[in-house]
Amino acid sequence: MKSNALRGAVSALVLAFALSHGGPALAQEGGFGGQMVVTYKDDISTFDPAIGYDWQNWSMIKSLFDGLMDYKPGTTELIPDLAESYTISEDGLVYTFKLRPGVKFHNGRDLTATDIKYSIERSVNPETQSPGQGFFWQIKGFDEMASGGAQELSGITTPDDGTVVIELSQPDATFLQIVAINFAFAVPREEIEKYGLDFGRNPVGTGAYKMTEWALGQRVVFERNADYFRDDAPHLDKIIFEVGQDPSVALLRLKRGEVDVLGDGIPPANFLQEKNDPANKGLIVEGELLHTGYITLNTTEAPFDNKLVRQAVNMAIDKEKVLRIVNGRGVVANQPLPPAMPAYDTAFEGYPYDPAKAKELLAEAGYGDGFETELYAMNTDPNPRIAQSFQQDLAAIGIKAEIKALAQATVIDAGGQGAAPMLWSGGMAWIADYPDPSNFYGPILGCGGAVPGGWNWAKYCNEEIDALAAKADGMAGDDQADARIQMWSEIYNKIMDDAPWVPVFNEVRFAMHTARIGGKDIFFADPIHIPVHYEYVYAKDAE
Amino acid sequence: MLRYLARRLAASALILIGVSVITFALTFLIPADPVRMIAGRSASPQAVENIRHQLGLDKPIPVQYANYVIKLAQGDLGRSYVQKTEVSRLIESRLPATLLLMAGAIFFEILIGLPAGILAATQRGRLLDRGVMIFSFAGVSTPQFVVGLLLLYVFANLLGWFPLSGFGTLGHLVLPALTLGIAGGGWYSRMMRSSMVEVLRHDYIRTARAKGLSGPKVVLVHGLRNAILPVVAMIGLDIGIFMSGAVVVESVFGWPGIGQLAWLAIQRIDIPIIMGVTLVAAVAIVIGNLIADLTAPLIDPRIRLR
Amino acid sequence: MAYTWRRLSRDPLALVGMATIAAVTAAALGAPIIAPFDPTEQFFDGLTLEGAPLPPDEQFLLGTDLLGRDLFSRLLYGARTSLVIGVVANGAAVAVGTLLGVVAGYVQGWVGAAIMRFTDLMMAFPALLLAIALAAIFTPSLWIVAMVIALVNWVQIARVIYTETTGLAAREYIEAARALGAAWPRILFIHILPHLIPTILVWATLGIATTVLLEATLSFLGIGVQPPTPSWGGIIFESQSYFLTAPWLVFFPGIAIMVMALAFNLVGDALRDALDPTQRGR
Repeated sequence: MKSNALRGAVSALVLAFALSHGGPALAQEGGFGGQMVVTYKDDISTFDPAIGYDWQNWSMIKSLFDGLMDYKPGTTELIPDLAESYTISEDGLVYTFKLRPGVKFHNGRDLTATDIKYSIERSVNPETQSPGQGFFWQIKGFDEMASGGAQELSGITTPDDGTVVIELSQPDATFLQIVAINFAFAVPREEIEKYGLDFGRNPVGTGAYKMTEWALGQRVVFERNADYFRDDAPHLDKIIFEVGQDPSVALLRLKRGEVDVLGDGIPPANFLQEKNDPANKGLIVEGELLHTGYITLNTTEAPFDNKLVRQAVNMAIDKEKVLRIVNGRGVVANQPLPPAMPAYDTAFEGYPYDPAKAKELLAEAGYGDGFETELYAMNTDPNPRIAQSFQQDLAAIGIKAEIKALAQATVIDAGGQGAAPMLWSGGMAWIADYPDPSNFYGPILGCGGAVPGGWNWAKYCNEEIDALAAKADGMAGDDQADARIQMWSEIYNKIMDDAPWVPVFNEVRFAMHTARIGGKDIFFADPIHIPVHYEYVYAKDAE
Repeated sequence: MLRYLARRLAASALILIGVSVITFALTFLIPADPVRMIAGRSASPQAVENIRHQLGLDKPIPVQYANYVIKLAQGDLGRSYVQKTEVSRLIESRLPATLLLMAGAIFFEILIGLPAGILAATQRGRLLDRGVMIFSFAGVSTPQFVVGLLLLYVFANLLGWFPLSGFGTLGHLVLPALTLGIAGGGWYSRMMRSSMVEVLRHDYIRTARAKGLSGPKVVLVHGLRNAILPVVAMIGLDIGIFMSGAVVVESVFGWPGIGQLAWLAIQRIDIPIIMGVTLVAAVAIVIGNLIADLTAPLIDPRIRLR
Repeated sequence: MAYTWRRLSRDPLALVGMATIAAVTAAALGAPIIAPFDPTEQFFDGLTLEGAPLPPDEQFLLGTDLLGRDLFSRLLYGARTSLVIGVVANGAAVAVGTLLGVVAGYVQGWVGAAIMRFTDLMMAFPALLLAIALAAIFTPSLWIVAMVIALVNWVQIARVIYTETTGLAAREYIEAARALGAAWPRILFIHILPHLIPTILVWATLGIATTVLLEATLSFLGIGVQPPTPSWGGIIFESQSYFLTAPWLVFFPGIAIMVMALAFNLVGDALRDALDPTQRGR
């Protein structure tokens, strides 16, 4: 509906405005001191950067630890972090990072290059069982270490305490993104050895905050790291995370001023009310997530092995209706990439909602009388509802879809085994690990992910596109950046032509905070640090 | 007595073993791969197999079970697959909340059930009796999540007397405990009523025979003493029922107990947690049944502990 | 039989219960005729422009749910789900429980002991956790949910039947019949089973109440019958996020569940009193 398009346009403008008027690299706004209370429903699972991989602990870990690179606050732009500077060799295979001097771990020890090497190796080491192991595939020596043979990554060397040299087996345009990811964050070996598997409960890093308290199921407390290497962050002295808070309760407490930020966002039922309440002006920030919700169609089994059928399904789904079900917290998607991602094609039109045309395509494919199939979805609200909306749309063109609303692990398994003809990704949808278009390809649309157990539930494998993707990622030079992005746009357009997916919507996040907490809007809608950038928001009542 | 206890303890041990075997088997029947959940979405097939091997999940199931039991004997409940936290710590941190909830529920059960039952018994056959009985039945017949949501809406949302959810003060305990206690209160009131009816009948005849009019107070006190025993026995059995109810009530009220822990663990196929919580619950039920059986002879002297 | 009926019909609570059951059954059977709308049809006008459900009005008697479907129609069809599962699941539980209880009680010996130890084992499982685990193993459908509930509920009936059978089998005339050479099927069916019927009836009736509650709870947790099949517990599950602003979506189905369970409880309890010879002249 028009209002959604308008909203989308406005938020894009806001984003663009914020990005262009970002000012100096790291924001100066706001005083120092004070504290903030953030609520979450679930207890935090772990703070171990090699293990933590859920949306809740992802940015908390970013505040406790640091990596060689990071992102400019509020943007998707890479900047050096623990590294002071870096150089890339001509052939794109050797990255040399010069470490910033004087960085200390929370336990007082100075950071050295060996720590970086140790930390990345730890994530690759099979004994750690890190979900991020696969991100480092391009470092030389990866295969030997990942399979359990070698004890170290031959590709990482530390000629002196302040220099880390990483050699790749092939040029990779995303490598700087990889180095900025949580799994590459620096951890101190002696603390890991001291705590063993409990390091996740006793995190020690170099980050802006250190964890000083964790009452299981109740509260986690972060306090300012006095030795943090940046002068302009963090602003707050203390952050208290209260867990086990029901989102509706948290909202009430926020309005009473007991709580400052809703970690889980505004609960759906109150959303419309709060958004339209003039008292909340300026306190609710809209931000785009690097997220796409999609329906996968199993391209290896009839009838979805027929492109015409897949295209028909794409035209049968009423996406505006789905947006209504989620109270407008999203924008309609017509391609795999979310709008905030580089390579998103604003000119791409995709498949329109046209049930009549869909029926024609079905008839053309030989399924004029429709067919029966199964639609898998996760059984937590609102996904069964959304699935039922799809069911009705499909019935309108003659497809009888039986819904299978099951536990998350079961649905993921069915998708991985290729047993799900149609799968709604809600609750397991893809959110980018890093802001690069290649992240939306490999595991979920590439041939590599189409293996049994893989996350490419459509089992889509187009060799030609795979080759293009590899080529695009090999274009590592700075001068090739634009051409590379162009290539990725083309790749996704080609994919949409094959229609292995029905992209449905991209989630838009609405963060709510009290008036007491200040900060540029973009810090409450940071694409990388969700829900807020813990280091750059500040308390207005601090001395 | 001692022989009886020894025999019961042996039987309980066997039951717990049986519970662990069945639970273990059930977790493997769930059509999902726990390793995939740990490895995450970006893992290569090789990484997945590595983790499987690390956790010993590539061994045959009986071997895995044996390993589990060996560790269990040493007091090690294992670590959560997803979080790597020790299961014993997770349960330890959440069990008190559930126990508190149960204690609160028992309190409300008795608070509601006892007076209601006595009232109904003394007013036997009249309108008040029927009224109390209907309410008792209604309490038993309403699903706990409906009771919970209803109490939430009226007392927390509309009237604002209690917080909506969470944990911390006595105020937080009232609504969830009341929710769990209402169904039990219904049972208790009916049981109390029947026991009191029995007692009153005997005492009525006796006092009539004694011809003196010992006031209703004496009858009531005497009757109460006898009538309470079955209620005590019920508390033992209640523990088992509470374990089930906890899942729903903890979910509705956001109460951080082990019911919630179990629910989440089943969703994510976090086998060590599932095993841990089930065993703890089974232990509680077995103890509860034992208490109930031990108090049985006190109620009915004809029952002998065999 | 007639005596039981007479006693039953004199109990006002039992009458209320039976009338309610009749009404619910009629509603369930007559749903296609009574329901104003198709329970699975999502109306565009069933939601506000921003996606909120509608409160009761002229068009939608009891309001709409979060997909714009008529709540009243869904409640009517939901009665079918509850009744079918109630009868099927409970029937299976009673059948299995009775079979095992009778066998254990009559045969005794190590077979009987084994069966009874097995029931002890099953009783040590928290019922709901067991149901949740079973539901995770099978893809829930109407029949699977019924089966899961049956697997959880058979235990109590088995124990009760066991106790009764043991008591019955010890009576002298059974001994006499055995001494006279009567075959065990004859003894079971002619001498024992008829005496068990009252107990079976009572438990069957009360059991439907527990089954209805368990099905509602499973649906409330999201692991009940698959959408879009209407289920009273399932309606509450889907509407939870809107509970504080659209409470009717929780209360109407909630009341329906309570009324159904209450009816069966009242009848079952009255039946128990009516069939109990020691309760004369209460």
